[in-house]
Amino acid sequence: MRELMYLTVILPLFGFLFNGIFGSKIKNEKIIGIIGSSTVGISFLIALGAFFETLGLPVDQRQKIVTLFSWLHIGNLDVSFAYQIDQLSLVMALIVTGVGFVIHVYSIGYMHGDKAFWRFFSYMNLFIFAMMNLVLADNFVLLFLGWEGVGLCSYLLIGFWYDRKFEKSTVADASKKAFIVNRIGDFGFLLGMFLIFMTFGSLNFNQVFSRAVSFNVPEYVFGFIALFLFIGATGKSAQIPLYIWLPDAMAGPTPVSALIHAATMVTAGVYMVARTSIIYASAPSILMVVAIIGTLTAFFAATIGIVQNDIKKVLAYSTVSQLGYMFMAMGVGAFSAGIFHVMTHAFFKALLFLGAGSVIHSMHDDQNIQNYGGLKKYMPATYLTFLAASLAISGIPPFAGFFSKDEILWYSFANGSIIYWIVGAFTAFLTAFYIFRLYILTFEGKERFGHDKHPHESPAVMTVPLIILAVLSVIGGFIGIPSVFSGEHGNQFHNWLAPLFKDADRKLAIYNFHTHFQEILLMSLSVILGLGGIILAAYIYLKKPQIAANTARKFKGIYNLLWNKYFVDEAYDTVVVNPIVTGSRSFLWKIADNKIIDGAVNGAAKLVDILSINIRKLQTGVAQFYALVMMLGLVAALFWIILSL
Amino acid sequence: MEQNLLLTILILIPLIGSFLILFINKNQTNIIKYAGIGISTIAFIFSLILYFQFDPANPDFQFIDKFQWINGLHIHFHVGVDGMSLLLVLLTTFLTPLTLVSSWSSIQDKVKEFTFFFLMLEVGMLGVFISLDLFLFYIFWEAMLIPMYFIIGIWGGKERIYAAVKFFIYTMFGSLLMLVALIWLAVYAIGPIGYFTTDLTELYKVAPQIPMDIQIWMFLAFAFSFAIKVPLFPLHTWLPDAHTQAPTAGSVILAGVLLKMGTYGLLRFNIPLFPEASILAAPYISVLAVIGIIYGALVAMVQTDVKRLVAYSSVSHLGFVVLGIFAMTQESVQGAIIQMVNHGLSTGALFLLVGIIYERTHTREISDYGGIAKLVPVFSFALMFASLSSLGLPALNGFVGEFLILLGSFQSPILNSWWFTVFAASGVIFAAVYLLWMYQRVVFGEVTNQKLVGLKDMNGREIFVLAPIFILIVWIGIYPGTFLKVSDRSTAKVIKMIYSPEKINPVTLKINQPSK
Repeated sequence: MRELMYLTVILPLFGFLFNGIFGSKIKNEKIIGIIGSSTVGISFLIALGAFFETLGLPVDQRQKIVTLFSWLHIGNLDVSFAYQIDQLSLVMALIVTGVGFVIHVYSIGYMHGDKAFWRFFSYMNLFIFAMMNLVLADNFVLLFLGWEGVGLCSYLLIGFWYDRKFEKSTVADASKKAFIVNRIGDFGFLLGMFLIFMTFGSLNFNQVFSRAVSFNVPEYVFGFIALFLFIGATGKSAQIPLYIWLPDAMAGPTPVSALIHAATMVTAGVYMVARTSIIYASAPSILMVVAIIGTLTAFFAATIGIVQNDIKKVLAYSTVSQLGYMFMAMGVGAFSAGIFHVMTHAFFKALLFLGAGSVIHSMHDDQNIQNYGGLKKYMPATYLTFLAASLAISGIPPFAGFFSKDEILWYSFANGSIIYWIVGAFTAFLTAFYIFRLYILTFEGKERFGHDKHPHESPAVMTVPLIILAVLSVIGGFIGIPSVFSGEHGNQFHNWLAPLFKDADRKLAIYNFHTHFQEILLMSLSVILGLGGIILAAYIYLKKPQIAANTARKFKGIYNLLWNKYFVDEAYDTVVVNPIVTGSRSFLWKIADNKIIDGAVNGAAKLVDILSINIRKLQTGVAQFYALVMMLGLVAALFWIILSL
Repeated sequence: MEQNLLLTILILIPLIGSFLILFINKNQTNIIKYAGIGISTIAFIFSLILYFQFDPANPDFQFIDKFQWINGLHIHFHVGVDGMSLLLVLLTTFLTPLTLVSSWSSIQDKVKEFTFFFLMLEVGMLGVFISLDLFLFYIFWEAMLIPMYFIIGIWGGKERIYAAVKFFIYTMFGSLLMLVALIWLAVYAIGPIGYFTTDLTELYKVAPQIPMDIQIWMFLAFAFSFAIKVPLFPLHTWLPDAHTQAPTAGSVILAGVLLKMGTYGLLRFNIPLFPEASILAAPYISVLAVIGIIYGALVAMVQTDVKRLVAYSSVSHLGFVVLGIFAMTQESVQGAIIQMVNHGLSTGALFLLVGIIYERTHTREISDYGGIAKLVPVFSFALMFASLSSLGLPALNGFVGEFLILLGSFQSPILNSWWFTVFAASGVIFAAVYLLWMYQRVVFGEVTNQKLVGLKDMNGREIFVLAPIFILIVWIGIYPGTFLKVSDRSTAKVIKMIYSPEKINPVTLKINQPSK
C-alpha cells in the first residue's frame, strides 16, 4: 500500500475535478456526496493499509519516498512532486483522511438542499488534495504548495455563502481576511525557504535535515530560519499575532470549521515545526519564542472564549487556545506530545464543531447560546457526543484529551519551566469552564428558545459521524498512555514517532531528572483544575445564573475587553490597514504618481511646448530679417576664425 | 553567410499577410477577421516547428539567417534565436491569434485597418526578439511603435489621444538615447574589430572590454530605453494610461508582449554587452525594481477602475522580472524569463476578462459591479482563476516565476543582501490584497446595480480564447520543465558572460555552501 500513497493525493483531486466540472449538471446530491466522500474514504483506507505495512517494517526501513515527476529543476534546486511516507506523515495522513471522511459524510446531511451543494464538495475535495500535499511532501516547496493550497480552500469555503452578511461586515470580508493574514505568514515561510536553500543548498527534507546535523552552521542562521518558518506557522495555525482571521473564519459552513479550522489545516503549523524539529532544536532561543507565543496564545484565547455567546465563536477561540498548547509542546521540545495533541484535538474539536452544527440546524441557524437551553432531551445523540467531547477537551481521564494535554503540561514543566506549567494548567481550568458553560447553556437548564423553534435530532448521516468521533474522543488517547502508567512498553505513540525526533532530541540534550511522583502530582493537580472548571461552570450556569451577570457588571472593564477580544482587530485596522490604504490612495496614487511623476513628465512636455512656441517666433517669414541674421552669423563666424588663427 | 530561412519565413508570414489584407474589400469584415486569425495562426504553427527543431542543449543562437544589408557599414540582416528569445517568440505568436479572436465583436469599426496594424505589430514584435544586429533591432523596435500608436489612438477609449501620444513620446525619448549609444558603441568597436559593425555577436566580444567610465554611459543609455518599456519605476506613468485607453486586444499585447521587450533588451543587450557596468548598476536598478513591486501593488490596490488596477499590477509584476535579471543567478534569471511568459498569460487573461465584461456593461468602475457571481458563474470562475495565477498561487504559473526570482535574488552574490528579497516578497502579500479585494467587490456580495441584471455569461468564443491560456497557466505551474529547459543553457551562457573568468571568479562569489 505504501507505493500507492500518491493515490491519497490524486483521488481527492479527481473528486474536485469531477464535482467541479460535472457537479452543476448532475444536480443529484447523492451522487455528488458519494463521490466527494468516497475519494476521501478510499484514501483513508490506503493510508491505513500503508500504516499497518509500515508498522511491520524495521524502524530504519520505515521511510519511503514515492516520486511522481520533477517540478522545478534549476541549478542546485531540484524539487519534485514526491511524497514521503514515514511515521509522522502517516499519522497526519490518517488524521486528515479519517476525520476528513467522517466530516464529508456529515456534510451530505448538513449541506442538504444548498443550491451549490456540488461546489461545496468540490472545494472540500480540493482541500483534502492540498492538505495531503502538505503532509506528504518530501520537500519544502511541495509543502508550500499544500500550505497555500489549503489557504485557498479555506478562502473559498469561508466565502462559500459569498452573498451573506457576517457580523458587522460580510462573509466575503471574512474570507479575504483569512487569505491575506495567511499570506503574511506565507511571506515568512518563503523567506525561511530561501534561507534554507542558501544555507544547505537544497530544499528536500532528507538533504536539509542531514546537512543541518553535519554542516557547521552558525546558530543565528538556524535562528533566522526557525523564526521565518514560525511566522508562517503563526499565520496558518492562528497564533499571536496572526490569529485574528480564525474567529472570522466561522463565517463558513460548520463542517468547514470542523475540518479546516479545527481538525486539520490549522494544525499545519504544528506539523511543520515538528517536521523541521532539527532546525528548531538548533535554535534554542527561537524554540523559546515558540513556547512563549504558544503559552500566551493558549491563555489569551481561552479568556476570550469565556465571554463569547456565539457557539462557533467560543469553539473558534477554543481552537486557537488548543493550538497554543501544541506550540507550547513544540517550544519545549516535546514534539511527539504536540503531534499527539494534534490527533486527539482533531477528534474532539471536530466533534464539538459537528455537534454545534447539529444544534445550529435544529435551532434554525441561530448561533447564540443564550437562546438555547435544555436541548438534551430533543437531541440525545448530539448531546451525548458533545458531552464526551467536552470532557475530552477538559482533560478528564480517561478521555483522549487528558492524555495529550497532560503530556504537554508535564513536558512544559519537565523540559521548560514551572511558569509554562502554571499558565498551562490555569488555561486548562479556563478551558473546562468555558466549554462547560457552552455545554450547559446549550443542553442543560431551562429552554430559552422561542416557540417558533422545534428542536429535533439530526438524521443518521449526521449523527453516525458524531458517534464515530465520540468513540475516538473517548478511546483515542489510549495509544499514548504515558510510561508512568504503561511501564516498560513506554508511550506507544511516542515510540512510534521517536526516530524522527532523535536528532532534535540529541541536540536539545534533555535529561529528565524528574520523578514519577512529580509527574503524578502535577497530573492530579491539572485534573483537579479541570474538574474545578466544570463544577464552577455547573454551579454558575445551573444554580446561580445571576453570578455571571453580576460579575460581568462588576468587572465591566475586563468584560468589555474580553467581549471585544482585546480590541486587537481594531488596533490592526488603525495601525496597519488604514494607514496603508489611505496612504496609498491619497499619497502614492493621487500625489506621487499623478502629481509628482506624471507632473514631471507632462511638465517636461509643457516646457518643450513653451520653448518651441517662443522659438517659432523667430520664423517671421520676413526675408530681410533672415538676411540680417545670416549676416550676423557670417560676421560671427569670421571673427571666430580670425581669432582662432 | 549562414542560411536558415525558418525565422525569416516566420516574420514574412504576418508581413505578407498584412499586405494581403489590404486587397480585401473593407466591407467584408468577416473575411478580413478570418484572414487575420488565419495568418496569425499559421505563424503560430510555424513557430511550433521552431520549438520542435530547437536544440535546448545548445546555448548558442540557432536558425541563424544572415546576409549583408548595408555593405559599407557591415550592417546585416542577422536573425537567430536562443532559448530566451524562442520563448518570447512563442508567446507572441500564441497571443496574437487569440487576441484577434477576442476582438471579433469588440472591434466593429475599421476592421481592415485594425487587422493590418495588428499583423504589422506582430512583425515588429517578432523582429525585436529575433534580431541579432543592433541596427536591425532598432528598426523593429521603432517600427512596432507605429501600429501600437494607431491601435491605441484609433480604437481606444475616451482619452485615447493623450494616451497614445504619451506612449509614443515616452518610448521615443528612450529609444533615441539607445540609438546614440548604439552608434557610439559601434564606432568604439571600430578600434578592436577594424570596421564599423552593429552585429551583436561581434559586439559581444569587444563591448565588455570598454573602459568602465565609458561603459557605464552606454549601459545607462540602453537601460534607460528599456526601463521605460518595462516600465521600471519611476518611468511607468505612460503605462496606466496606455493600458486603460487601449482596446482589449491592444492591452493584451501591450502587457503580454511589449513590456517584455524591455526586460528582454536588458537581458540580451545590457548585461552581456556591459557586464561590469551591469554589476555596478545592479543594486540601484534592483532597488527601483523592488520599489516598483511594492509601489505598483499599493497603487493598484486603491484603483477604482478595474483596468487601471490590472495595469498597475503590471508595474509590480515586471518589478519581479527586473529584480530577477539583475540578481544574475541561474535561478533568478530563469525565473525572470518564465515570469515574462507568465505575466503575458495571466495579465493577458485578466485584460481579456475585463474586456469581456466591459463589452457588456460599458463600465470599468469597480463600484458599478458587485454580486455578479450569481449572474455570470463561468466568468466569475475565470476571473478567480486568472487572479490566482497572477497572485502567484503554487501549482499555477505565477508561483514558479516569482519563487525562482526570489530564491535566486536572496542568494545573489551581486546584490549580496537579503533586503531586496525581503521587500520584494512582501509584494506577494499585496498582490493577494489588491486582487482579492477587487474580486470581492466585483463578484461577491449581492447585486446592487440594477443594470447588471440580465448580464450574459461568457460565450463559446470567449471561452475558446481563454481556455488555451488557462491550460498553459496550469502547465507551467505543474510542469514548468517544458519551458525552463528551453532557456536553461542560454541563461547559463548569459550568466557566464557576466562572470567571465578574467574578471570575477564565480567560485569565490558563491556563498551558499558554508564550510563544513
